[in-house]
Amino acid sequence: MKNFNGKILFLDRSDINTDEILPARYMNEASKSALKPYCLEDLVIPGFNPKTDIEDKSVIVTRANFGCGSSREHAPWVLEYNGINMVIAENFARIFRQNMFNCGMMAISLEPEQIDDLFNNFAGSDAECVTDLDKLEFTVKGGGKEKKYPFTINAFDQELVKAGGWVDYADLKY
Amino acid sequence: MGKTTAQKIFDAHRVDAPVAGVSILSLDRVFCHEITTPIAVDDLVARGKDRVFDKTKIKAVIDHVTPAKDSKTAEQGKTLRDWAHRHDIKDFFDIGENGVCHAIFPEKGFVRPGFTIIMGDSHTCTHGAFGAFAAGVGTTDLEVGILKGVCIMRDPETIKINLNGKLKPGVYAKDVILAVIKMLTVNGATDKVIEFAGSAVSAMDMDSRMTLCNMAIEAGGTCGVCYPDMVTVDYLWPFIKDDFTSKEAALQDYSQWRPDADAEYLKVIDMDVSELEPLVTFGNKPDQVKTVAEMSGVKVNQVYIGSCTNGRLEDLRIAASVLKGKKISPNLRGIVSPATPKIFSEALADGIIKIFMDAGFCVTNPTCGACLGMSNGVLANGEVCASTTNRNFAGRMGKGGTVHLMSPATAAATAIAGVITNSPLYNV
Ligand code: SF4
Repeated sequence: MKNFNGKILFLDRSDINTDEILPARYMNEASKSALKPYCLEDLVIPGFNPKTDIEDKSVIVTRANFGCGSSREHAPWVLEYNGINMVIAENFARIFRQNMFNCGMMAISLEPEQIDDLFNNFAGSDAECVTDLDKLEFTVKGGGKEKKYPFTINAFDQELVKAGGWVDYADLKY
Repeated sequence: MGKTTAQKIFDAHRVDAPVAGVSILSLDRVFCHEITTPIAVDDLVARGKDRVFDKTKIKAVIDHVTPAKDSKTAEQGKTLRDWAHRHDIKDFFDIGENGVCHAIFPEKGFVRPGFTIIMGDSHTCTHGAFGAFAAGVGTTDLEVGILKGVCIMRDPETIKINLNGKLKPGVYAKDVILAVIKMLTVNGATDKVIEFAGSAVSAMDMDSRMTLCNMAIEAGGTCGVCYPDMVTVDYLWPFIKDDFTSKEAALQDYSQWRPDADAEYLKVIDMDVSELEPLVTFGNKPDQVKTVAEMSGVKVNQVYIGSCTNGRLEDLRIAASVLKGKKISPNLRGIVSPATPKIFSEALADGIIKIFMDAGFCVTNPTCGACLGMSNGVLANGEVCASTTNRNFAGRMGKGGTVHLMSPATAAATAIAGVITNSPLYNV
């Protein structure tokens, strides 16, 4: 199983698309690892610098409709190769969310109020996240505060995360 | 309670339901192209699972960057080509026979009402125009599709949009879908199927229905669906004439995929398209839409006519009718990419290609080309493109470039004027 603990990168915008996560011009790369330097290269948010702000981060907290646009699994891969295995958002584009679980990564949807709460309490601090997959909750610590957030993912997605992805699971089962 | 088109197709293809609300569907088609498939193929090889579930149900094309532009894209093409040959995949389209996936696969008759189709490409929703369930997926889903012929899908809810009324001259399916995306927003149909119903859809040919369904994903939609009718049967007839005794028999069979009268929808939206004007996007999201009149006068550096949205024969014909006898502005570059060799050759025979060339357009081979900013018309930083494609994301056609999405008629008129403008086909 992948690691779902570590520092949080806060991206305060809705509708971040897969072209912003990994631009099409790098889709001629034949290996996943070669994508690493291009993570979020075209994402323009005031105060965000893709060159320096991704390093050391393990979790993204963002707003609505993360991962919209292209079907490219290069988007989860480029996050994975930068050590980010978990994204928490109001909701996700369908293909992106499925790609995450298919890779054994987690796309967690929370209510807008919970996302607001995360931003209000922890954005700007050196917040860290610790995830308990059995209890279906994660704990965020930062700036002297600590809060627990319960989440739901369905039993099948949990199995995919525990199995580390969909290919072996499917080949055994179908 | 009755069923929607998607529910009927899911019920007919469900092989498992691992948890409530999630289905494993058997697949009628797995479509492949050279950008997302090679990594799936390499992974299958690395796992010792270099197999295909059914070579007749897999169709493949090299379309995104063709001819190859550099060593890396040459390798991608080679991986797909070698794989197709290794597994004896007969329907593999390589240079000379290749064209944009969502244009060439329907043209070859590979899509049927009631089919389940996946591809590692978000605009796979295009094929819902035939009354199929067609969805874009990532590489892992594609990989499992190739290996086992199954795919995970959440059981989708459906939004039904009744498009009623008659479009004004100079207003097209592209304008309709831009209006729909503006109304729904880019997140409005996430995880939902969109059924397009109503008299305006019945009046559309298959090319226009494909334009409509193509952009369902820009509202987050899993698939766009048009109901199979005589227009669908007429289009498919050359491919199905041995399967049915008459067109009426085919229609009767395909009608099973139309939704039940008492089907349950998440939402039903009525939209009268009679007063719709030509539309164009601004900004970097496809739901940022204004009328062409409001955007009129914006300077452009390049006009691109092509793609899976608007690179079909009807699109080229409409653009040519605007360009005939005219020259494009000396201040911009015009590029047209007919979506398939068949479209190219028919446009050649009809004199459409000559009109483009006489107007000053560069005519490229069939390819995705400029649409995704990988080849054939990449924008420089700060440049603006008027485009018949489907995404205006930042950097989509080149880093620092801006894209305005519009219909072929508006694009052609814009090419002549040098600035965004309404086409003469639209008389207010
Ligand atoms: S034409 Fe553009 S949108 Fe369509 S499949 Fe090709 S790259 Fe994708």
